[in-house]
Amino acid sequence: MLKEKDKIFKNLYGFEDWKLEGAKKRGIWSNTKELIKMGSEKIVEEIKNSQLRGRGGAGFPAGLKWSFMPKDSGKDHYLVVNADESEPGTCKDREIMRNDPHLLLEGCLVAAFAMHAHTCYIYIRGEYYSESSNLQKAIDEAYENNLIGKNACGTGWDFDIYLHRGAGAYICGEETALLESLEGKKGQPRLKPPFPAGAGLYGCPTTVTNVETIAVSPTILRRSSKWFADLGSVNNTGTKIFSISGHVNNPCNVEEEMGIPLKELIEKHAGGVIGGWENLLAVIPGGASVPLLPKSICDTVKMDFDSLKEVQSGLGTAAVIVMNKSTDIVEAIARLSHFYKHESCGQCTPCREGTGWMYRMMEKMVHGNVEHQDIDKILDVTKQIEGHTICALGDAAAWPIQGLFRHFRPEIEKRIEERNRRVA
Amino acid sequence: MHHPGTNNKVYKKINDNFEWSSENFKKISEIIKKYPSNRIQSAVIPLLDLAQRQNNGWLSKNSMEKVAETLSMSYIRVLEVATFYSMFNLEPIGKNFVQICRTTPCWLRGSDKLSKVAQEVCETNIGETSDDEIFTVVEVECLGACCNAPMVQINDDYYEDLDEESFKKILQDLKDNKSIKVGSQIGRKSSQPERKFDA
Repeated sequence: MLKEKDKIFKNLYGFEDWKLEGAKKRGIWSNTKELIKMGSEKIVEEIKNSQLRGRGGAGFPAGLKWSFMPKDSGKDHYLVVNADESEPGTCKDREIMRNDPHLLLEGCLVAAFAMHAHTCYIYIRGEYYSESSNLQKAIDEAYENNLIGKNACGTGWDFDIYLHRGAGAYICGEETALLESLEGKKGQPRLKPPFPAGAGLYGCPTTVTNVETIAVSPTILRRSSKWFADLGSVNNTGTKIFSISGHVNNPCNVEEEMGIPLKELIEKHAGGVIGGWENLLAVIPGGASVPLLPKSICDTVKMDFDSLKEVQSGLGTAAVIVMNKSTDIVEAIARLSHFYKHESCGQCTPCREGTGWMYRMMEKMVHGNVEHQDIDKILDVTKQIEGHTICALGDAAAWPIQGLFRHFRPEIEKRIEERNRRVA
Repeated sequence: MHHPGTNNKVYKKINDNFEWSSENFKKISEIIKKYPSNRIQSAVIPLLDLAQRQNNGWLSKNSMEKVAETLSMSYIRVLEVATFYSMFNLEPIGKNFVQICRTTPCWLRGSDKLSKVAQEVCETNIGETSDDEIFTVVEVECLGACCNAPMVQINDDYYEDLDEESFKKILQDLKDNKSIKVGSQIGRKSSQPERKFDA
């Protein structure tokens, strides 16, 4: 279990003051100038050594991503913070932004300096209205105290942060769709390459990073990459905020060490499954996009990128959605299919047509209104969508269905037979 | 399922006229400063939001044309954005825009019961506006407050940790023009683990 002294997010629940005064008491902005003085190469090196992996879902090594930014491109560089948190089950960035916004802002300065960027845009989802007003107040405070702006923190580095509110589109959490949206267009993902580090926002070198990744970086620099790398295991280091929702006694966000066993996470922090561990049916371990896990795997699995990959799922955003035996598991996945149908941007045919077809099929499956061969048909369609679209939304729509049939196929076959009996 | 934000038709109101209020006019110059001077199209989402707030929560044809004019964009580019994003309503809505989250984490904790309550108290169907125009009730996809499920967004604010009773009370109070408490309805701070109830 993570020790209190190793926690990075000391005000996750907002018991303390979120404003500048409170933030300073928690050590934020205390020696930012020294961190900047390390120089950009050293900062990137430290982040690399800490083995921090991006917290937005894909788990790409953060230090490596930062190092992709060119040194002398002759263009403006941009840091864009992805605060468009919309993955079902995930509500961690929200807590950071409303309860500890200065942690994020300090991270923005450090990261932007490392990437030679003078400008940072924070793209927050439009529905987070009170979160964006907290964040805006924090930005204003930081400007007033010369922590950002001209000669930020007395480092000689000019740095501006602008808050940009989105308007309700899940797809804008995809980095290139986010950039399109920030440019004032429909949020439709771009073809890659060119990658944002080469041509991103306004055609300039850009790095898009999740809120949590940015927010942990100053603490890593302060407490050394070794401290961070010693938490968790190799390649899955550090701490992570887990959002535990669904059928648990105390749904909550909690910061824990990477690699904590799923069972321990649920029982220690979320008050256990409603009806006890034996009443568990399945868990979606990393937000709606990853395949679910049945109880037999949940008994032993560890919560980190590699362990979950081994059981054909993923850590994603570490949003744990717990379902007990009262759940209609087919309907639960059908609802996710509806979500993807609703959120498909309509650019690529497999996804635009496929998500709608899969949803209609899943709705029929809830009542067993299909034939046995339709199960193989829907699995075949998911394979045709997966990997055949510009962005990963197609994959994300396909995986929950594949996971359902991988572990709960007999349940649907049972429903088909029941329906056949009813009709006959 | 009908939703004024996913509707792609432009609603034409007769004798509609849209001019920026002087207060919003000042705000616009502040917003535009955030973006490079040759990239002010970036401000289209914030400006549509501003126009929608000024226009009682929805975007008329004239208001979108005004945004296009302000940013020197063609109208079709603005319309394209307004139809793409679900937060832009293209038809009039009631005074209270009730958005019930229906995605799996909220559904697991009983969001479908909330939909029933809303239809009863607001006397309207999902996707429609009540006759007295006090409520528009819609079901929406994940609003990102899953640890406080089930939850509902009414206008700008989140109402979390709901059950049928507390939701009924909120809607009834809105109907009676009483003030209501924002956030968790069980006295929880953010998404802390232990449920602590107000004494």
